[in-house]
Amino acid sequence: MNKIVTRKSLNPTVTLLEIEAPFVAAKAQPGQFIILRVDETGERIPLTIAGYDREKGTVTIIFQIVGGTTEKLNHKMEGDYIQDFVGPLGKPTELEGLKKVCIVGGGVGCAIALPIAQALHEKGVEVTSVIGFRNKDLLILEDEFKAASDRLFVMTDDGSYGRHGNVCVPLNEMFEAGETFDEVITIGPLIMMKFVVAATKPTGIPCTVSMNPIMIDGTGMCGGCRLTLNQDGKKVTKFACVDGPDFNGYEVDFDEAMSRGMMYHAFERHAHEEACNLFKKEVN
Amino acid sequence: MAPNMNPKKNPMPAQEPEVRAHNFFEVATGYTEEMAIDEALRCLTCKNMPCVSGCPVNIHIPEFISKIKEGDFEGAYQIIQETSSLPAICGRVCPQESQCESKCIRGIKGEPVGIGRLERFVADWHMAHATEAPKAPASNGHKVAVVGSGPSGLTCAGDLAKKGYEVTVYEALHTAGGVLVYGIPEFRLPKAIVQKEVDNLTAMGVKVETNMVIGKTLTVDELFDMGFEAVYIASGAGLPNFMGIPGEAYKGVYSANEFLTRSNLMKAYQDAPVTPIMKGGKVAVVGGGNVAMDAARTALRLGAEKVYIVYRRSLEELPARKEEVEHAMEEGIEFLLLNNPVEILGYNNPDDRRDPKNGFVTGMKCIKMELGEPDEKGRRRPVAIPGSEFVLDVDTVVISIGTSPNPLIKDTTKGLEVNSRGGIIVEDATGATTKEGVYAGGDAVTGAATVISAMGAGKLAAKSIDEYLSK
Repeated sequence: MNKIVTRKSLNPTVTLLEIEAPFVAAKAQPGQFIILRVDETGERIPLTIAGYDREKGTVTIIFQIVGGTTEKLNHKMEGDYIQDFVGPLGKPTELEGLKKVCIVGGGVGCAIALPIAQALHEKGVEVTSVIGFRNKDLLILEDEFKAASDRLFVMTDDGSYGRHGNVCVPLNEMFEAGETFDEVITIGPLIMMKFVVAATKPTGIPCTVSMNPIMIDGTGMCGGCRLTLNQDGKKVTKFACVDGPDFNGYEVDFDEAMSRGMMYHAFERHAHEEACNLFKKEVN
Repeated sequence: MAPNMNPKKNPMPAQEPEVRAHNFFEVATGYTEEMAIDEALRCLTCKNMPCVSGCPVNIHIPEFISKIKEGDFEGAYQIIQETSSLPAICGRVCPQESQCESKCIRGIKGEPVGIGRLERFVADWHMAHATEAPKAPASNGHKVAVVGSGPSGLTCAGDLAKKGYEVTVYEALHTAGGVLVYGIPEFRLPKAIVQKEVDNLTAMGVKVETNMVIGKTLTVDELFDMGFEAVYIASGAGLPNFMGIPGEAYKGVYSANEFLTRSNLMKAYQDAPVTPIMKGGKVAVVGGGNVAMDAARTALRLGAEKVYIVYRRSLEELPARKEEVEHAMEEGIEFLLLNNPVEILGYNNPDDRRDPKNGFVTGMKCIKMELGEPDEKGRRRPVAIPGSEFVLDVDTVVISIGTSPNPLIKDTTKGLEVNSRGGIIVEDATGATTKEGVYAGGDAVTGAATVISAMGAGKLAAKSIDEYLSK
């Protein structure tokens, strides 16, 4: 059982929880993830680590409410406990040897991009951050990114805040102006990462993506998180939980990953509605 | 008492196939006391006890059977208990036909004594009648860490605890039991039995820490820093293998590990599950081991209208436990032997990329095989018959063709060497790895094998660790 010490609603669909987990906090690094179960009958879901405090022994997660489990998690308050919290899992993001990096985050993916930006910034790396959201209401972590970046572009799809357009707009402008980076690191919806990879490809700059497929155990047992990489014309099966979650964006088969990510879409939508109805009843 | 010379075993009472195909209750319901005594009387109590040599943990088989003949079931349990820590489990999942029962003299002219059934009877009788929980022995002051709470880890922990060691078992998942919980289904091994065995260990003073991934949350070296003097690695088999054929990423293709974990550990078989699984439809399970049988029979119970086992060799080479194959056949699972998948087919609507059916499995293309020359292990190699391809109409495919070792511990433990297949290298006689104080056993060493061989390795490691720490 792990105690929730802080709960903050970042926007109507995104919540931050700081959770007591001393073993995880002691080891966590940017890019790694945890698996949690909300209660005794809950499912296991992976969430990427958004922050950690080694001294306090806490780990921060930021999640978007998408299904039944995240809906239940969103109803947990400060002082409440969650049943299981295991990690840190996966390989940390490679941060060594970089001098100038562009970080591209989309939506709740920005929560995972932030610790990477912070870690790079602390090491004295020149950080350009591009963060994108559907609209102003969904904006998160702007101040935190400002503090961790040498340059920040905030984008909204509808132009309700920052610049109008998606994250590829400033990225393409920078590339057209001849700007170069040691690496582009992108985290967000699969479709966004696919376009960031496509935009970066002509420049030859290495592009790392953070994959978040469906997982169960998260420790290299079930194989549910597999994805296909195209390596020198050969298709190779990899497992996001132990081989990732970071991969070379030029190798990832995004169309396949997007299709697999939708496997339980109908089930999830139904589960979310069920969970919502349950909480409505409790309120009544 | 005169021996019972009936050439046949007392049949195992079981749920009727048409009934059990629709529920997750245990298939075999177990001998009654009368049946057990009658079956025990078939044992000739041979002086040279060939059966004992067939048992990986050398249970004193004729002795416990003699106690059953006398009606002293608790006495029989105590004899089994001397060498086996998990009899209720082994009695259910051991492949007795290739172990103890394969050596039984009665098997020459008829069926061997039903040793596995008797073991199960005795263990169940004890569970139902035992009044006292096992007591924690006095501590000898030594601390040992066990990585993994599957059959190997639990056995090692139990043996060490009996000797007074302070044992902590680290489990990566949220429930203890390893493959006994996530892999083997309820209808073959009720989870309450596994829990009871785990409870017995905790009553003996063993600590079980769940949600601890050794290699990630803590490393083996950190366990030593925490004061453990020896570590037993029994972390299990690892990542599922895939066939490397086109279409394995389609929705509806599972590894057996994923399919079984969803159903067993995450209870997707229950009404209104929170973890989803594809139910119903037509299912092909690729492979011929116990795991394949478990997956096929689980699919059936989840409501599949048709379940196929697709196996590239013949029935003779099928590695699954005989009873499971018989049960599966009785339940109506169709065995497509000498068939090999070459491609999984999926739905693709070129006019509508948002068609919700896109990317789901629509069938599996197979090719017929024939048996050619024997390979180095003496098994005849299956060879494809050119032009014999056909499409099997299925919407779910479960791939059950084995696993590859998990890299997490190897990658984070300096001095721990693995073989070319990734299995941890150990000294056969002791279970000692190449790193001082670290022992290993079970599937992490051998690759996917049986519960009882994993238990045997756990016993050996417990003995070796005791010798190492008694020096």
